[in-house]
Amino acid sequence: MPEQGMQLAGGRDIVLPFSKAVEISLRSLKIRFGRSLITTSGVILAIAFLMSVWSNNAIIGSLRDENKSEINLMLQQNGIETGVNESGEASEESRARIREEESKQAWLISLSLLVCVVGIANAMLMSVTERFREIGTMKCLGALDSFIVKLFLLESTCQGFAGTSVGILIGLSLTMGLALMDYGDYVFKYFPLAPIGESALYALAIGTLLSLIGAMLPAYRAAKMEPVEAMRADT
Amino acid sequence: MSEERGQNGQEEQRTVVRTQEVKKAYQMGEITVNALRGVDLEVYLGEYMSIMGPSGSGKSTLFNMVGGLDKPTEGKVYIDEVDVAQLDAYELAWLRCRKIGYIFQSFNLIPVMTALENVTLPMVFAGLTSDESRDKGMDLLAKVGLGDRHSHKPFELSGGQQQRVAVARALANDPAVILADEPTGNLDLRTGTEIIDLLKDMNQSSGVTVISATHDHKMLSVSDRVVWIADGRIDNIALREDLEIEVTQVEGE
Repeated sequence: MPEQGMQLAGGRDIVLPFSKAVEISLRSLKIRFGRSLITTSGVILAIAFLMSVWSNNAIIGSLRDENKSEINLMLQQNGIETGVNESGEASEESRARIREEESKQAWLISLSLLVCVVGIANAMLMSVTERFREIGTMKCLGALDSFIVKLFLLESTCQGFAGTSVGILIGLSLTMGLALMDYGDYVFKYFPLAPIGESALYALAIGTLLSLIGAMLPAYRAAKMEPVEAMRADT
Repeated sequence: MSEERGQNGQEEQRTVVRTQEVKKAYQMGEITVNALRGVDLEVYLGEYMSIMGPSGSGKSTLFNMVGGLDKPTEGKVYIDEVDVAQLDAYELAWLRCRKIGYIFQSFNLIPVMTALENVTLPMVFAGLTSDESRDKGMDLLAKVGLGDRHSHKPFELSGGQQQRVAVARALANDPAVILADEPTGNLDLRTGTEIIDLLKDMNQSSGVTVISATHDHKMLSVSDRVVWIADGRIDNIALREDLEIEVTQVEGE
């Protein structure tokens, strides 16, 4: 670990190896599993929503691109613009409607992700307040500000990664279930594997990144804590 | 002050902590509270010093100064002849990691870690390999009488045992000073005495300086010197020889 900084006479640097930091963070999550689950549920829900929208778009897009009359009929029965007229070309009007639909979705998605970040930040702030004494103790033992930041960011990122993975699975299976009811076998026949895999990766990156962003302010606050806090006998 | 040192009469003791005219003022709204009003104190290497005083006397403030946890408004604090005020954040962390071992009233073990991991955490910070720190951690736990409890989590240990782990943790990086803040405050009489004996034992066997803030009169009998703080100043410094009578009187009550 490139922990920069000077050495005092006769001593080595102060370090927190990455592997040890990961270990501590994972343990902190494990011991507060119930709490972590509540925090994570926000991420799970937001990402499940994102993933279900994306995979739904991918499946419908794939079916629409097939442009088979029986599929188009099914799509239209579900109130979806096939966007294709008799001559096989999408009309201006239906394209505009699809675009409008998409912008509405984007708006909803961004809102849900924003709520998710705020939720994470809130939960992490609580977690910091709850652990004032623990953080103060670590500082008394010689932890640098950067160690504390590292621990909290890692904790949130791991939590976010796990939550996002679960969210992706939930979102995808929900969409698949609904699509199967509506379109039956066609879903498997024209399953858009590549686009769905791609959106799953994007969702994973977004969910993890948001967890990291949400934890930044709380981690900073934790790191700025004075070691004297550890001495307080109350709380 | 100079009188006490004259009485001390022991030849060339090395000073490990020194405060010079230390003053500390807190601003509370309109009012300035003078927690310390000029304290000169020298702590010698290898001694066992207790700081006593009623709450509000500035005892905790002085204790935090001596431990490098707080900076004085005026005056200087030297730990191992280094002026604490001159240190940056990194150097302060280094000082806390290697020169000072902290023991708290409420034990403050990290709840997610086993006894051994708690003891080895300061060693990890100090850059020891995991093998080195495990061996040293086991030695320390054996020394405090908890060799067989190394894999227990704090909540699986009694208060006295937790404080023993904390003592082992304080000794992790062979510090020059152990700072104990009311180490017996949350313990019953018997376990409290055990912890005091343990601290005295460590003090004598490894020569580590122990500075302890306390109300506990059991502490007096093991202290080499006792500093009484009142109203932000040193009220009195007494040597153990002068204390024996007083202690027996207290115990006789």
